[in-house]
Amino acid sequence: MQTSLDLSALGKTKWYEYALRFAFGGAITVAAGLIANKWGPGVGGLFLAFPAIFPASATLVEKHEKQKKTATRLDRTIRGREAAGLDAADAAIGSIGLIAFAVAIRRLMPLLSTWLVMICATLACLILRRDLVSAETRGRLRGRRKRHRPEHPIENR
Amino acid sequence: MKELFIRFVVGGTVVSVFAVFDDLLKPKSFAGLLGAAPSVALATLSLTVLKDGKAYAQTEARSMIVGAIAFFIYALCVSRLLVRHKLSALAVTASSILIWMAAAFGLWCAALR
Repeated sequence: MQTSLDLSALGKTKWYEYALRFAFGGAITVAAGLIANKWGPGVGGLFLAFPAIFPASATLVEKHEKQKKTATRLDRTIRGREAAGLDAADAAIGSIGLIAFAVAIRRLMPLLSTWLVMICATLACLILRRDLVSAETRGRLRGRRKRHRPEHPIENR
Repeated sequence: MKELFIRFVVGGTVVSVFAVFDDLLKPKSFAGLLGAAPSVALATLSLTVLKDGKAYAQTEARSMIVGAIAFFIYALCVSRLLVRHKLSALAVTASSILIWMAAAFGLWCAALR
């Protein structure tokens, strides 16, 4: 499956939505630091995988889907919620990449320089996620094709 | 105070960059990946190494593995509630934070404490 950048999507997001994400990200980074200072790195580390921006981004997905004028109002609400649900399913797959990121940091930190460790861990995370989503999408498509194929096809004579 | 300000700016910037890519990437199935991007972890761990050293960051990374497993459970629950029961995204994602808390602290107490 081909991935591409859709620059027109930049215009769809309002300035306050960017500000909200910045504030969420900044606040959780500060909070993670304060928690680690107070209760130690053991508890502080848990919050490195805290779903900080996820509620904001899922709400945006729901809102953007609702704004599409292709269906009735009720349909749009349901579609928005389903789209946010699918986004959450992808985030669940994405969290496996987050585990890979943390394992890479833990294993590579004593061996390489800090910046190299960060780059390797981020790449490991993103590549694993991409492959998992590709596999999941292929599986979903195969399942859909199977459902639509008749069990006893009529033979052409 | 200065350290907190730097944390806020670095964290906000890294999260925003990942969020912008999240918007730009097509198809959307790839974009959703960045919803769980290691943006907060990237910012925090970089600052932690600079301030407290590599051993401290390694301990945080070990706990992060548990936090990420909790994120997996959280995202699965949110997905199920939204797709099957069609509840409001904000209500589900915000209230399900309790599931993340329970899973993260439960696993941490069981495996790492």
